[in-house]
Amino acid sequence: MNQNPGIIGKKIGMTQIFDDKGEVIRVTVVQGGCVVLGKRTLEKDKYSALILGLGERKEKSTKKPVLGFIKKAGQTPKRWIKEMRCSAEHAAKYEVGQKVALDGIFEAGQIVDAQGTSRGRGFTGVVRKWGFAGGVSSHGTHEYFRHGGSIGTNMTPGRTLPGLKMPGQYGNETVSMLNIRVAKLILEDDLVLIEGAVPGPDGGLVVIRGAVKKKNAGKKKA
Amino acid sequence: MLTYPIIGKIEATQTREGMPEFRVGDTVRVHYRIVEGEKERVQVFQGVVLKRHRAGVRSTFTVRKVSFNVGVERVFLVHTPRIEKVEVVSRGVVRRARLFYLRGLAGKAARVRDAKD
Repeated sequence: MNQNPGIIGKKIGMTQIFDDKGEVIRVTVVQGGCVVLGKRTLEKDKYSALILGLGERKEKSTKKPVLGFIKKAGQTPKRWIKEMRCSAEHAAKYEVGQKVALDGIFEAGQIVDAQGTSRGRGFTGVVRKWGFAGGVSSHGTHEYFRHGGSIGTNMTPGRTLPGLKMPGQYGNETVSMLNIRVAKLILEDDLVLIEGAVPGPDGGLVVIRGAVKKKNAGKKKA
Repeated sequence: MLTYPIIGKIEATQTREGMPEFRVGDTVRVHYRIVEGEKERVQVFQGVVLKRHRAGVRSTFTVRKVSFNVGVERVFLVHTPRIEKVEVVSRGVVRRARLFYLRGLAGKAARVRDAKD
């Protein structure tokens, strides 16, 4: 499990910047500025984590149990609340109510993972979902244009094999982009600029944390 | 589609000042920094502006010249720091926004009327 330090952020959109060599880097802008709402501790909860909140929510549209939790932390209701597993040492650096500063977590050039919810496309056919070619549109084809073709044989094995690509729900699932680079941090607006794309629509929630498949959470050696 | 104002703020920091005003049909000299291994030098590319693509930080312009009887076109990013400077050599008079018709012409026919004439 990725327990590297990270943030929850809002995807703002994509743009491009020039690096110091004058080359263009395509970046996704993610806005951080999340607040620590609570902690999980080894003594009480048998694991350590930070509970982070981001964005604004009206008090009247906040559920009562959540509102109670927010009030206890002395905060305003948040649009997103997420628990992030982390080491006890990392959790000890933060107080409840403290804003998570980006420069305390990321550095430019760091390798990170970004997780978001992809755009939902609903119930989708095989041509769009799996890139099937569909059928030929001539040679006597009758009502068989965007079908997936055969789904198996007859007697042997007498069933459709598991994992066969068929139509169904496409998108609206959690997608993780592993090993992508932080291009730049803009601290005054709490922005992280990440090279390349990040899953989800603009305005969506994104979880960014140090890369799980790199040493030292993807940071250059300190 | 909604674009957040923050994007505009970032893009404003990426744009450059001091680009001379030039239009399609003008002849320009583009001083472009080229990195060859360790060394860096400035190459000059002179030609007619075929096209201006105006799109904020992503703006580009295309310059065409004929070199040793071979047409050469280069697309430059307007805001790239690799452009040292752009000089306007002459102003041209054209009646199109895109001068792609020049590609099919050669020699005297491929000239653009100068604004001074």
